[in-house]
Amino acid sequence: MDAPVVLVTGASRGIGRAIASLQAMRGARLVLAARDGDTLHALAGELAAKGAPEPMAAPLDLADADAVAELFKQVFSRFGRIDGLVNNAGVLHEGLLGMIRAEEIDRILAVNVKAPLMTMQYAARLMARAHRGSIVNLVSIMGANGAAGLSLYAASKAALIGATRSASKELAAKGIRVNAVSPGFIDTDMTRCMPEVAHAKRVASIGMGRAGTPEEVAELVAFLLDDRAAYITGQIIGIDGQMVV
Amino acid sequence: MNTPSSEDQVIAVFARTLGIDAGEVSDELRYNAIPQWDSIAHMSVVAALEDAFGIMIDMDDVIDMSSVGKAREILRKHGAAA
Repeated sequence: MDAPVVLVTGASRGIGRAIASLQAMRGARLVLAARDGDTLHALAGELAAKGAPEPMAAPLDLADADAVAELFKQVFSRFGRIDGLVNNAGVLHEGLLGMIRAEEIDRILAVNVKAPLMTMQYAARLMARAHRGSIVNLVSIMGANGAAGLSLYAASKAALIGATRSASKELAAKGIRVNAVSPGFIDTDMTRCMPEVAHAKRVASIGMGRAGTPEEVAELVAFLLDDRAAYITGQIIGIDGQMVV
Repeated sequence: MNTPSSEDQVIAVFARTLGIDAGEVSDELRYNAIPQWDSIAHMSVVAALEDAFGIMIDMDDVIDMSSVGKAREILRKHGAAA
């Protein structure tokens, strides 16, 4: 069989970059989507230099439905198929109730909910032809548990959990699996920028006493994309080192 | 208005995908007007048209594809010779 075609959104940094790197090293033909074109092209070049199939870099704003449509036209034109979709792109939002603007709600929901719903629709149309495919949505421990100051962000991730479960039921008969990965506190540029006290407090809430790594999340995503997980669908799988929220 | 013929690729795709005779397919045939063209078959029709014409159809156009004639119009909009 030809190498699988895998689309990773938010691929330019953090968890998305680790997912893309691992998929590339396993021989996937990658489509890398993110806003930052320069970083994306640099990553594509870096992965190709390591011997991976030349990734397709697709700089775009995922909140733009027309841009998402155009992306899938390019994928269809270049590969004619898609085997894996990883909806990793997401925007974190912190704000107490009473301090959240309506425009912020629109912006967060556009990236964290509308965009993965659109990519799932397009990807499912291509996957249904082959009667196989795997979709992995990155949610968050906050989506199920919530936390003070994260009402909007948690709502967006809870929405994606609902979409994951619903899509898995709708698409199972077409041979398409849909799962979500729910990370806890992961060591990325974003978490490293936190004030030291806040960072230490978060780490102290983790049973295993450390933050997770993007590579650990990437391994779980890789498993779910792979045929080794052929009978797993509709699951929300935590990867949080026993974090208590 | 296009006049369907046995060589009409759009008609052929609809007939093959819906499992009906080409003579039963015209530009006036509407979505849900026959049991064979239901919501599940609709996605198969879209996929078959995309494969036949080598294009990917926008989501809104998939939803708006309410008849064979409309499908032909959408294919033309996407640059396909339908």
